[in-house]
Amino acid sequence: MANAEALSSLPRRGVAGWLRNLVTRNVSAKIAALPMIVTVLVVFIGCTGWTIWYSFTDSGLLPSNEFVGFAQYERLFRTSRWNVSVWNLIIYGSFSLVFTLTIGFVLAVLIDQKVRLESAFRTIMLYPFALSFIVTGLVWQWIMNPTLGLQGTMRNLGWESFTFDWITDPDMVLYAMLIAGLWQGTGFVMVLMLAGLRSIDDEIWKAARVDGIPPWRAYLFIILPMMRGVFVTAVVLVGAGIVRLYDLVVALTGGGPGIASEVPATYVYDYMFTAGNIGQGLAASTMMLVTVLIIIVPWAYLEFGGKGRKS
Amino acid sequence: MSNPTMISATVATDPVADDLDLKARGPKPKPFFTPKRIVLYSILVVACLYYLFPLYVMVMTSFKTMPEIRFGNIFAPPLEITFDAWVKAWSTACTGLNCNGLSPGFWNSVKITVPGVIISILVASVNGYGLVNWKFKGSEVFFSILIFGSFIPYQVMLYPLVMITRELGIFGSLPGVIFIHTIFGMPILTLLFRNYFASLPEELFKAARVDGAGFWRIYFEVMLPMSLPIFVVALILQVTGIWNDFLFGVVYAGTQNYPMTVQLNNIVNSAQGSPEYNVNMAATILTGLVPLIVYFVSGRLFVRGVAAGAVKG
Repeated sequence: MANAEALSSLPRRGVAGWLRNLVTRNVSAKIAALPMIVTVLVVFIGCTGWTIWYSFTDSGLLPSNEFVGFAQYERLFRTSRWNVSVWNLIIYGSFSLVFTLTIGFVLAVLIDQKVRLESAFRTIMLYPFALSFIVTGLVWQWIMNPTLGLQGTMRNLGWESFTFDWITDPDMVLYAMLIAGLWQGTGFVMVLMLAGLRSIDDEIWKAARVDGIPPWRAYLFIILPMMRGVFVTAVVLVGAGIVRLYDLVVALTGGGPGIASEVPATYVYDYMFTAGNIGQGLAASTMMLVTVLIIIVPWAYLEFGGKGRKS
Repeated sequence: MSNPTMISATVATDPVADDLDLKARGPKPKPFFTPKRIVLYSILVVACLYYLFPLYVMVMTSFKTMPEIRFGNIFAPPLEITFDAWVKAWSTACTGLNCNGLSPGFWNSVKITVPGVIISILVASVNGYGLVNWKFKGSEVFFSILIFGSFIPYQVMLYPLVMITRELGIFGSLPGVIFIHTIFGMPILTLLFRNYFASLPEELFKAARVDGAGFWRIYFEVMLPMSLPIFVVALILQVTGIWNDFLFGVVYAGTQNYPMTVQLNNIVNSAQGSPEYNVNMAATILTGLVPLIVYFVSGRLFVRGVAAGAVKG
């Protein structure tokens, strides 16, 4: 440690005083927090800023400094692959959100009915969550194989007209992806909802029964509103996962057939690394960021009530 | 419906029952197999079939021979259990240029996951500890931005990080991908540790300070020993998160160090010639085995860990 006497003769006020405090007060804590500070500044703020800045340049294989305004974005919005990707994500995202929450909630309600073997049911429903999206994508790709998977099997067993070739059908491939995605994600939401249900006071149930309210009404109009917090958390988590959708697409369909299951994340990766067009990749990822901000910022504002107030 | 008063009146006047303490207590037990219960269990069992079906198909397919698979019945168990597909998946399947199976990928994943888990947890736990007990001006602001930043899609920071890791000389190497995992694991893990340390009694910390202990001593001698539960939760989150990762592995690890997930995808989706489904399925199971074992062993803790990762603010 520096010489205490010398330090104590330094000014205490103003900028110099602030500098002095910066270096002497709580030094260990500051050093220990250095990784966090560096990460926040360099990675989250710095890299994001770099990406946004350079999305306005003419970068190809390597970043260039030639400023081209909104040219990358104009090209982006004119590219059918991008527009298809965005639309795919919207469809997949909406269905995924609605179904994951609904199925998760319903399953949680069912399990909460003092079911025996609750642990077994929970373990079975949650294990897919422990798997990689690659594993999930590949096993469902095999199951949905038209010749040798489910469709082939049913036909060989005698059900000649059974059709399940969604994975090769450009109009239905997103729904095939949905089946795989729900398989992986619903168990987690179910566990969240179950925790929320369990945290509701027993008195509420008793009061509802005494008042003669039928169970389904009690769930819809009393319990659901009380679980607002859990629902919000679930929505945020599922939503954050949807925007990042990448591994599942790569494993299940590779973006196909054609571009029928492309998503923004695959667009970014392909243009940035495979096609050597960094500018497009940066513009696309900036658009992904904008989408996330549009969803997160209003939520954060509602939850935490503006700057300065922590929840 | 019987009148409860009548029942108790009848029972109360029975001297024999009184003597032997055989009075009925509590509400009359409901029969187990009500229609409602049957419907309830049926729905749950059907749901479980949906979740178990892929696992069943994976396992069955991996033990079959290719001619058997071409028969086209994914429900049927193998006529004869053969481990050929498993051996091939592990040691001779082709992952791009090399045909050494998944075993290099497995060891790469181990080499990435073990240091990655240790470093990311150490850094985050020290962060959480500092944020709770040693607040300094601006610490909360940094923390808020950290959490906010965890929502940013990785793709936004992907390329600049490539440049940074290149400058640091760790691009395309094991330290590179471990570095990336530490960075992106920080928000959730720091949140986890911060919430946990905040729930510990302050007196403990104050007493240690009075005894003259500094930042690091208190961390190692007071905080760490008390934090076993949360360390286990963080361990589970990180082991599954890092092992299952694909994007960071394929971008930052370098071709020699591809983790198992990347190798797996190569085996299945980049195969030349006719696909060998039994090998594919065996490879898929092998890749999913480690996090599955972690899941089954840790059971409740996994649920708590995952839910803890979901608790915000």
